[in-house]
Amino acid sequence: MRALTYHGKHDVRVDTVPDPEIINPRDAVIEITSTAICGSDLHLYDGVIPGLLQGDILGHEFMGRVVETGRDSTLQKGQRVVVPFTISCGKCFHCMKQQYSACDNSNPAEKQDLTEPLYGHAMSGLFGYSHLTGGYPGGQAQYVRVPYSDVGPIVIPDGLEDETVLFLSDILPTGWMAAENCDIEEGDTVAVWGCGPVGLFAIQSALIMGAHKVIAIDHYPHRLELARGLGAEVIDYRHTHVLEALMEMTGGIGPDAVIDAVGMESHGLAPDAISDKVKQVVGMGADRGHALREAIMAVRKGGRISMPGVYGGFIDKFPLGAFMEKGLQWRTGQTHVQKYSHDLLRRIEEGQIDTTFLISHRLSLEDAPTGYANFKDNQDEWTKVVLKP
Amino acid sequence: MSYRDDGYSSRRGRQALEAALAIAAGAAIVGGIHAMARQTQTAPRGIPGDAPGYTSRKSMYGDYAVTGRTITINRPRSELYAYWRDFSNLPKFMESVEKVEWEGDVSVWTIQAPGGDVRIRAHITTEKQDEEIAWRSVQGSDIDTEGKVTFRDAPGGRGTEVEAIVAYIPPVGRLGALVAKLFQKEPRVQGRRELKRFKMLMETGEVTTSHNRQAA
Ligand SMILES: NC(=O)c1ccc[n+]([C@@H]2O[C@H](COP(=O)([O-])OP(=O)(O)OC[C@H]3O[C@@H](n4cnc5c(N)ncnc54)[C@H](O)[C@@H]3O)[C@@H](O)[C@H]2O)c1
Ligand SMILES: [Zn+2]
Ligand SMILES: [Zn+2]
Repeated sequence: MRALTYHGKHDVRVDTVPDPEIINPRDAVIEITSTAICGSDLHLYDGVIPGLLQGDILGHEFMGRVVETGRDSTLQKGQRVVVPFTISCGKCFHCMKQQYSACDNSNPAEKQDLTEPLYGHAMSGLFGYSHLTGGYPGGQAQYVRVPYSDVGPIVIPDGLEDETVLFLSDILPTGWMAAENCDIEEGDTVAVWGCGPVGLFAIQSALIMGAHKVIAIDHYPHRLELARGLGAEVIDYRHTHVLEALMEMTGGIGPDAVIDAVGMESHGLAPDAISDKVKQVVGMGADRGHALREAIMAVRKGGRISMPGVYGGFIDKFPLGAFMEKGLQWRTGQTHVQKYSHDLLRRIEEGQIDTTFLISHRLSLEDAPTGYANFKDNQDEWTKVVLKP
Repeated sequence: MSYRDDGYSSRRGRQALEAALAIAAGAAIVGGIHAMARQTQTAPRGIPGDAPGYTSRKSMYGDYAVTGRTITINRPRSELYAYWRDFSNLPKFMESVEKVEWEGDVSVWTIQAPGGDVRIRAHITTEKQDEEIAWRSVQGSDIDTEGKVTFRDAPGGRGTEVEAIVAYIPPVGRLGALVAKLFQKEPRVQGRRELKRFKMLMETGEVTTSHNRQAA
């Protein structure tokens, strides 16, 4: 089959590789009909997530048709499914608590050895990500092997176009969980850093959950327009002092909850951002955390921090004093996708949530490298790329 | 090092475990444990902790290399015990064990290693239904070793805490090199992988892999 593979920093290629097979009883093999490039893929592309090997197949947002099923799969050949990017067994302590991205079993035992020294525990398996999360071949390909296919994939009724449901795989539930982690109360203002796909879905979700106001922060005009279109007030951080503006826009209180939808490759003009960038380039510290630091300074006393943005290592100049003295709460994590699948599918079917506004480009799988380059370098215009194998 | 905070019951379990090990292993291990206990009691600072002996910064087991690991499995104790007690199941989650066969009351573990198989011959020294299984190598075994696995109810209906502990005299020469390779230089690594595979098999019915195709 054809698949998008990693060859090094800023070097991804479409190669011919062996087709996947059923290995375990609960597996299924899916023929991909649509797949997307995620902001998390850019962290891989930029070489800032450890544990990726040459030839690894990328891609964790995908859907398609079931073509093969193992003995214990509950799927049927021909069914259309969206597959969550988190691989979860459905049986362990964490899965029973719906903490799917903390699944104990979906990361192969020999791969867990890599993660434990770094994080203290091994995380769940993820498709098309690093070997720290299992080294599973991803879905930017013609076919993919899906383990635990009786737990993850959600069956899509005919009549719903791929593009209306594809993002159930990752960014839609990620934006939703980001808003849920804000514990939104009546009258709350939520500030969102980053108007990429995750930030935009977080804005949409926070408004559905009853936020009084959402303030979106980025510097790309088109992305800020999209945020405004969803109902957010916007701040372009190149033109405005963000901390000052947030105080003024919230009656001098500060936002009740803040969402870091930027992650470890935050841009920024302040000295902390510049020193972070230098360290990332020379490999001294993995994460650039300018947006996160700003969010912690901005949030009101006793407020909530929600952090869907991905971080992989260490961060310094962390405003720990502000965090403690203001009595903040902090929630984060890779999304527990399976927890939200059915509810979000229903909201899509009922027309409450639209996801297609996000898609700016549709390419064939063969053109995926172009998609990566532009999603990275022309972020303003390239808001989301969907690939068709 | 992490200390247990669940007090009496686990401490009792701990003592029983190490006593059994020591008895089975003979003087070397018994001596090790006693020396350690005396040492901590007369030490100017600190109290003997409740953590397993194998988490000690200093070896307590003399010539024996000891590795142990605990894992919680979301299945009932009796089911896990029964599966483990049937030694022919062990190769399903122990990567290096090719087969386990019985010759009378001696179990023969064939371990595939580059440059030739290693055979461990062991008999069961303790067997408590749904609680513990211990074994010890006998004459003719390639490696002087013993092991023990215990099954305890986990708190809050979380299933079963399974603790496996293995002691062996690191052999020298050709065998030594083989054993080092088998245990990937770090016996803890091998031990924890095997327990994790046991957990996967018991909880999910399969051993997780990210391979895309049947054995290459
Ligand atoms: N938790 C999860 O499960 C999960 C799932 C998907 C994505 N993610 C992560 O979410 C983050 C966002 O993903 P995405 O697909 O939207 O990525 P993206 O790269 O398309 O968007 C990031 C946006 O942040 C903006 N930005 C950068 N620095 C900023 C700053 N200092 N202040 C304000 N905005 C700033 C950028 O201009 C860009 O528009 C990434 O870190 C991604 O890895 C997490
Ligand atoms: Zn993603
Ligand atoms: Zn699980």
